[in-house]
Amino acid sequence: MFDLSLTETAAALRARTFSSEELTRESFQRIARLNPALNAMITPAEESALAAARAADARIAAGDAVALTGIPLLHKDIFCTRGLRTSCGSRMLDNFIAPYDATVVTRLAEAGMVTLGKANMDEFAMGSSNETSFYGPVKNPWDLERVPGGSSGGSAAAVAAGLVPAATGTDTGGSIRQPAALCGITGLKPTYGRVSRWGMIAFASSLDQAGPMARSAADAALLLQAMAGFDPRDSTSVDQPVPDYFSGLGQALRGLRVGLPKEYFGEGLDPAVARVLEGAIEEYRRLGVEFVEISLPNSGLVVPVYYVVAPAECSSNLSRFDGVRYGYRADSPVDLEDLYTRSRGEGFGAEVKRRIMTGTYALSAGYYDAYYLKAQQLRRLIRDDFQRVFEDVDLIASPTAPSTAFRLGEKQQDPVAMYLSDIYTIAANLAGLPALSHPAGFADGLPVGLQLIGPHFDEGRLLNVAHAYQQVTDWHLRRPPETAIADGV
Amino acid sequence: MAWETVIGLEVHVQLATRTKLFSPVSTAYGAEPNTQAGMIDLAMPGVLPVLNQRAVELAARFALAIGAEIDRHSVFARKNYFYPDLPKGYQISQYERPIVQQGHLDILLESGEIKRIGVTRAHLEEDAGKSLHEDFHGLTGVDLNRAGTPLLEIVSEPDMRSAAEAVAYMKKLHSLVRYIGISDGNMQEGSFRCDANVSVRPLGETRLGTRTELKNINSFRFVERAIIIEAERQIDLLEGGGQVIQQTRLFDPDADETRPMRTKEEANDYRYFPDPDLLPVTVSDAVIEAARAALPELPEARRSRFVEALGLSAYDADVLTESRALADYFETALAAVPGDAKLAANWVMGEVLAGLNRAALEINACPVSAEALGGLLRRIQDGTLSGKLAKTVFEAIWDGEGDADTIIDVRGLRQVTDEGAILALVEQVVNEHPEQVAQYQGGAQKVLGFFVGQVMKLSKGKANPGQVNALLRKRLDS
Repeated sequence: MFDLSLTETAAALRARTFSSEELTRESFQRIARLNPALNAMITPAEESALAAARAADARIAAGDAVALTGIPLLHKDIFCTRGLRTSCGSRMLDNFIAPYDATVVTRLAEAGMVTLGKANMDEFAMGSSNETSFYGPVKNPWDLERVPGGSSGGSAAAVAAGLVPAATGTDTGGSIRQPAALCGITGLKPTYGRVSRWGMIAFASSLDQAGPMARSAADAALLLQAMAGFDPRDSTSVDQPVPDYFSGLGQALRGLRVGLPKEYFGEGLDPAVARVLEGAIEEYRRLGVEFVEISLPNSGLVVPVYYVVAPAECSSNLSRFDGVRYGYRADSPVDLEDLYTRSRGEGFGAEVKRRIMTGTYALSAGYYDAYYLKAQQLRRLIRDDFQRVFEDVDLIASPTAPSTAFRLGEKQQDPVAMYLSDIYTIAANLAGLPALSHPAGFADGLPVGLQLIGPHFDEGRLLNVAHAYQQVTDWHLRRPPETAIADGV
Repeated sequence: MAWETVIGLEVHVQLATRTKLFSPVSTAYGAEPNTQAGMIDLAMPGVLPVLNQRAVELAARFALAIGAEIDRHSVFARKNYFYPDLPKGYQISQYERPIVQQGHLDILLESGEIKRIGVTRAHLEEDAGKSLHEDFHGLTGVDLNRAGTPLLEIVSEPDMRSAAEAVAYMKKLHSLVRYIGISDGNMQEGSFRCDANVSVRPLGETRLGTRTELKNINSFRFVERAIIIEAERQIDLLEGGGQVIQQTRLFDPDADETRPMRTKEEANDYRYFPDPDLLPVTVSDAVIEAARAALPELPEARRSRFVEALGLSAYDADVLTESRALADYFETALAAVPGDAKLAANWVMGEVLAGLNRAALEINACPVSAEALGGLLRRIQDGTLSGKLAKTVFEAIWDGEGDADTIIDVRGLRQVTDEGAILALVEQVVNEHPEQVAQYQGGAQKVLGFFVGQVMKLSKGKANPGQVNALLRKRLDS
């Protein structure tokens, strides 16, 4: 039941091998067994899940089901879910019950998916290890001493451990792809504007994008199909038709030209990861892919630009959390300033405060031109790099992360080392490009991800390429040892 | 030393949209607190703004009315600061690229001269909510009904040189925004608010002095008074060897003084940056054409037409074009008596405005409709009514007794123009007053007025005064 792909599960539901209600009950039992060690799910929604499952069963019986109907799902806790706590991994919103559903939540619910609950995450999506969550760190199912990556660490760990076949994530600088790589699953960050941001709590508005996290590219294609599309409530969503990603799978890769950016394979990349990627590239060559070396000359600017733009936007986006209308409020404030400083001081964790301060500084009078404006100019150069490269190649392939999952606490005291774990993923956010990470093998028993970056709105091709690879490899089918997790509490 | 006052105004005009600038919630005034605050206005986590296109159209209409440029790609920016009535912790406004740039407004000075005041820019922004400091036992209540209401902030050049000029500009702007239908201009409800930047300098000096900003003044009278006493304060300060500090001040009409606002406010660094939730505002040719089509004849053009085509005096034309409603009223009444603009103007500016003034009514609420006035004017023009009787009829229309023709019939007020009938009255009066006849014939011409009065009295005011006059002269001079 828990080893099936989405399509296989859908087929089983339709064949009444099991019902959605049975699948949901079994899933909660599995969660009860495995989640205490993983801490991947922080808010269960058993009652509403069972109701949704029964409704899905009725739809299936009525012959009114689509592919996703009746399939269990976790939402990253950054998506507003009506009537259900939406914490964003923060003490600030620990008491916040959202009064409405995010567009992504609505769309997946309309497809008949069954939301089991909310997934743990780095606080306000700020982090690369899921250690900044107010609800404690998520553990990597492949090694409970290690991080799952972040910020969508709960979603990645839950899918990897088979708690759910699918989860939503969001990606501002790699928050879908890096945990997907570290947990051995497939994750896609779509083109900026492809998926609505309505109801997704903003970290950095010009970079945030929601996407699917699943075991395979085919499963991700089904999820993206339901998530994507124009939303009049999000002015930055793009009014462009959504192709049929799933039926687009299965195209041969012969003749495909893929660029390997030399800047992404040099210093800083763990040699064990590099070796795994060489094997994956070899596999792709056998499928007829032609690889060429390319250059993204402004790659060195990516991390500094990101750490100006993202904090600047976050410093403003998080101003609404002031203890006045909802969320955490300090006890008995003596005056307005005390209300603000203590509510925010006590409600936010260290990493969030660090970024708010960095961003406030970057936007301050006298520093704006040197930091924010300069970063915007450099962002254009980074985007131009990609545009130039895509005149010559169809896609770009690279490592997703410089290393496999690191140990809990290893980088917690060193923000810069932590920030560098997103060094290969950030550029796609700055350029607004779609990018996917898929399992490419193992180094020392830990999953390694390969990243594919495509031109704007080329999600279909990314999914097709990853799917072709997954037809001839089985890395994505490998499962972490269940007993070790169950015993790991 | 002679001093010159330099003034620039920033006027906040609430745009007449049905819903808010970035949310689909009503902007209607006067609802129970927080009943017109939706999820976007409350800044719930995850919500996003969507621009109300109607506000863009109204801003474009304003740009056309003041001969300004429309930026085809203006940008919304966030102005960041913390306050409980600012739910997002930032106000969405326009900073470096406002939608309206470089226009002008002409004002009529007391000297009769026309002065052109530059409008630097006008930008779209959302209003904040209201903090209520009374009635909460030392706590502050927050009403977010107003949060997100669309405003057009109109910034003038420092082109005004006196409080009177500033008021003339503000009145002109107030009249214009109502004229072109982009705002109701209701000052009591805060739809039209003004900040004044005031500085002084020795006459002849070309550099600007240090300015202060007088915040949130909501009446013409207060603007005038605030500027006068602030300029006096600055002059006193400078003449006493002191210096003006650049600061924000509040005008207290009760104490008749300006006072500095808390200096903390001024330490704000608003950290403006382009709002990443909104794309640049694209204004298409179609939007501009629609704005042009919606633009009524502007007061200036209408005023010129009243003078040149209708033959009214400059003064009359000014008064009649003060508001679009009044000018429309005048033109509707005039349609009943084409070619007699002076007659229509006299009645509108005389009886109508005086009556409205007494009853404290706006022209839109005038009990005598423009059509009804036209009916009355028609009966004056064709000689049915004398001027005096016409006033009686006007009052009867005002009191709801019906239209002019009905009242004339019911009350039997039709003017007597039958020469034989008038002549009989003339004979009677002349015969009854031999003494006055002698005076008149002895050279006292002014006694004629006495005879006219007597004849009118006998006719109960119905005799045509022109005819009475002519027949009397004829009789007495013969």
